[in-house]
Amino acid sequence: MAEVHIQSLNKKFDEVHAVKDVNLGIRDKEFVVLVGPSGCGKTTTLRMVAGLESITSGRILIDDKIINELPPMDRDIAMVFQNYALYPHMSVYDNMAFGLKMRKFSRADIAKRVQDAAEILGIQQLLMRKPRQLSGGQRQRVALGRAIVRHPQVFLFDEPLSNLDAKLRVQMRVELKKLHDRLGTTAIYVTHDQVEAMTLGDRVVVMKDGLVQQVGEPLELYNEPANLFVAGFLGSPAMNFATVEISETNGSLWAENEGMRIKVPAEIAGRLGRHVRDEVTMGIRPEDLHVASAADPTELGFDAMIEVIEKLGSEILLDVAVGSHTMVASVDPGIRVNVHDRLRLALNPERLHFFNTQSEAVI
Amino acid sequence: MTFTTLATPTAYAGAPRRGPVTRLLEDERWLAMLLLLPTLALLGLFIAYPFVEGVRLSVTDAKVGVPGHFVGLQNFEQIWNDDIFHVAVWNTCVYTAVATVFKLALGLWLALLLNHHFKGKAITRAFILLPFIIPTVLSTLAWKWMFDPTFSVINWMLFRLGVIHSRINWLGDPNLALISVIIVNVWRGVPFYAISLLAGLQTISPELHEAAAIDGARAWQRFWHVTWPLLLPVTLVIVLFSVIQTFADFQLVYVLTGGGPANATQLFATYAYQLGIGTGLLSQGATISLAVFPVLLVVVIVQLLYIRRVETH
Amino acid sequence: MVEGALWRRWVFFYVPLTSFIVLLLFPFYWMIVTTVRPDSELYRPWNAPNYAPFWTTHPTLVHIKDLLTETLFSTWMLNTMIISIAATAISLFCGLLAGYALSRLKFPFAGSLGTAIFITYLVPQTLLFIPLADVIRNFRLGDSPWALILTYPTFLIPFVTWLMMGYFKSIPKELEECARIDGATRWKAMVYIIFPIAVPGILSAGIFAFTLSWNEFLYALVFLSSPEQKTVPVGVTSELIRGDVFYWGELMAGALLGSIPVAFVYSFFVEHYVASLTGSVKG
Repeated sequence: MAEVHIQSLNKKFDEVHAVKDVNLGIRDKEFVVLVGPSGCGKTTTLRMVAGLESITSGRILIDDKIINELPPMDRDIAMVFQNYALYPHMSVYDNMAFGLKMRKFSRADIAKRVQDAAEILGIQQLLMRKPRQLSGGQRQRVALGRAIVRHPQVFLFDEPLSNLDAKLRVQMRVELKKLHDRLGTTAIYVTHDQVEAMTLGDRVVVMKDGLVQQVGEPLELYNEPANLFVAGFLGSPAMNFATVEISETNGSLWAENEGMRIKVPAEIAGRLGRHVRDEVTMGIRPEDLHVASAADPTELGFDAMIEVIEKLGSEILLDVAVGSHTMVASVDPGIRVNVHDRLRLALNPERLHFFNTQSEAVI
Repeated sequence: MTFTTLATPTAYAGAPRRGPVTRLLEDERWLAMLLLLPTLALLGLFIAYPFVEGVRLSVTDAKVGVPGHFVGLQNFEQIWNDDIFHVAVWNTCVYTAVATVFKLALGLWLALLLNHHFKGKAITRAFILLPFIIPTVLSTLAWKWMFDPTFSVINWMLFRLGVIHSRINWLGDPNLALISVIIVNVWRGVPFYAISLLAGLQTISPELHEAAAIDGARAWQRFWHVTWPLLLPVTLVIVLFSVIQTFADFQLVYVLTGGGPANATQLFATYAYQLGIGTGLLSQGATISLAVFPVLLVVVIVQLLYIRRVETH
Repeated sequence: MVEGALWRRWVFFYVPLTSFIVLLLFPFYWMIVTTVRPDSELYRPWNAPNYAPFWTTHPTLVHIKDLLTETLFSTWMLNTMIISIAATAISLFCGLLAGYALSRLKFPFAGSLGTAIFITYLVPQTLLFIPLADVIRNFRLGDSPWALILTYPTFLIPFVTWLMMGYFKSIPKELEECARIDGATRWKAMVYIIFPIAVPGILSAGIFAFTLSWNEFLYALVFLSSPEQKTVPVGVTSELIRGDVFYWGELMAGALLGSIPVAFVYSFFVEHYVASLTGSVKG
């Protein structure tokens, strides 16, 4: 059993408060992803779990044991680094065997474990090579192998796929997921790539400026973001935001700015009641906008002018001007439109989000 | 399947108990202290302590075998009024200044020459460093032989070329001795300057020269406006280091002239040796050695300021 | 390649370069010629018509033989070899550990200590040799190789430390972190991971330290007195002059043979030498 509990964790580098009061409970066998822009504290948090950074205040526990004071070598964890950190002067075999040698495993045990791990990762034929003779993807696998071989309680990943080219990254993502399914070891994974977070995590922790913004399953965060940052961070292309004013007319609420006048659906209207005559931020994702047809109600649409057309094959992205804003709509690839065309876009009312402009929290 | 063992939940194994020494060495600060201990001990014992001793000696009247008494600044007064000391100051300054200028100029020229591609470049570079690699005293002996008043090969050459008719007493003529010594110092130093400056030159991207050439700069202008400013940092480091070494030079003069003739080549180091070791006047020798200290101080301060400036960039 | 018209190439490149090479190497040539030249040819005045400097018609090994059999030269070679190797070993040990601490560990006063060690590199021997002679005497190390084996590191360690610091800085810190997570103590990570990677740097530093030890003169001159204890530089300059007479043949033979070990090491490791030199300059 390997649960990781992070309680009120803080880290200060001189004056910089890099990690602010992080609380996180990671269940056994869970794959948790810490995601956020650079400088958000995710790597620092990971390093504190690893024992590579000292803890300013707070506690980290593995199962019921406080590991604050334990040196990295005694925490029974394994880490995969962004730059793989393979020992250049040792063969792949020795790289993988190093940790076991340090723990005084017998030669036979080491050989068995290394072979097993090599088989899982498909690197048996590379065992005698030196790191400099390997490609990026191969080095990545060796780094993984080195971690697996130890049978640790927790895996830590520090942006392991960032140095791979796009295609390889996608491939490795799938393999990592398969590996986790097979091994079942608790894992904490740090990345700045929201796609990795969404695809790999059982749960995702979004961080910004040292604070946890939201924790939850990927789709939960995607569909019900807790604040503006999470909403804008997950999903590509990013959610569209527009500043609107809430007004009341004939018992229903309307959100409007110079470019649009949208009727607020009944479910959300209740929560927005307090914000009448206020400015709020409205959010709608590109895929929840479509070219309006006759069947779409007028109060759920707006006019726009096409500025840029991006044809991706699976969809078409329209960069449109709405009033003084720009928005992005992801529409059916069969659409025939031209730049500078005026058209009407309709939105899916169930997918509207509203955020308090000052606090950025969801309403 | 071999990997079911991984998936089987195991209770979190307690961390192994670590002895106090291991725990201590895991602490960055204690480990650093341990690692630095041998170095600090050696340097403390054989540099810091002697330095303090040297200062102490200079304010006593100690001689070999006779522990001295505190005499205040008497030694300093003495050397201040010592004619030979004045000569040594003058000689050392001239020696350092002239030699450094020539080493820099010639070293730079050689570095610029070596900065081209030509057949045998690597081997040339290897041979050029020889004067710096071969023990100074031994190559200086060769020079002494070359300068020998009766058998000098240099005299022979100049004679054959019709330049001279009577002999040149390189090391015995008081007017020439300092020049001869400077010549040997320059000979030994040029390779160091050349190879170091060459390394500096090689960090200057050739694109900068090409851009300057396209802009219409001629070779001399390219050097002055592109190469030299970029070379200045490296040059500064080399010159500062060389200055302190030359100022404190001993071996060359000791072997060639011993400080003579008639103190014509007497330097701080040789005079200190003569007084301290030769005649056993320890305190006075120590005092003269300390005369090198102000120069060292200036060099160190300049180096540190310069390094601080570079690091804040 | 060198650009320009043929005459330009000759005037601005080949002639100056060749002149430099000739001038820089001539003394060694002279050393070699003198060593193998019989006495009869050796002592001809410079303006004598039969002065034949550039070759010898009767090469002889008598000077070398005399050097090896009638003087303590072989003893001096042995002394110098032992002292240089021992001093180098001590300096490498201290310098490696110190360089690692200063470049890879965080601790109070790291900056000041680094600067202090750097400063000792600049301190010339001539500043310290008189009081140091006293210290050596007090420790009863006088006239023994230990006087040198323990004092040479004072100028070798700062150099080795400096060089190794530069080298260590280029090794990514993830390697140690990974090793520590893998189960290594800080010490083991340093010894099993970092040091093996730094071997080329250690080699450069060691070779340079060996050369600097071999070349040292002042301390050897002042701390050693009996002829059997002397090192090559001191022995050759002091013992081969009997009365007021310079036995140039033997002197040059001594100079030549005394230079060979260093030249030998140098020839195998030229690149490392240049690396040390330029590394120490680029700082």
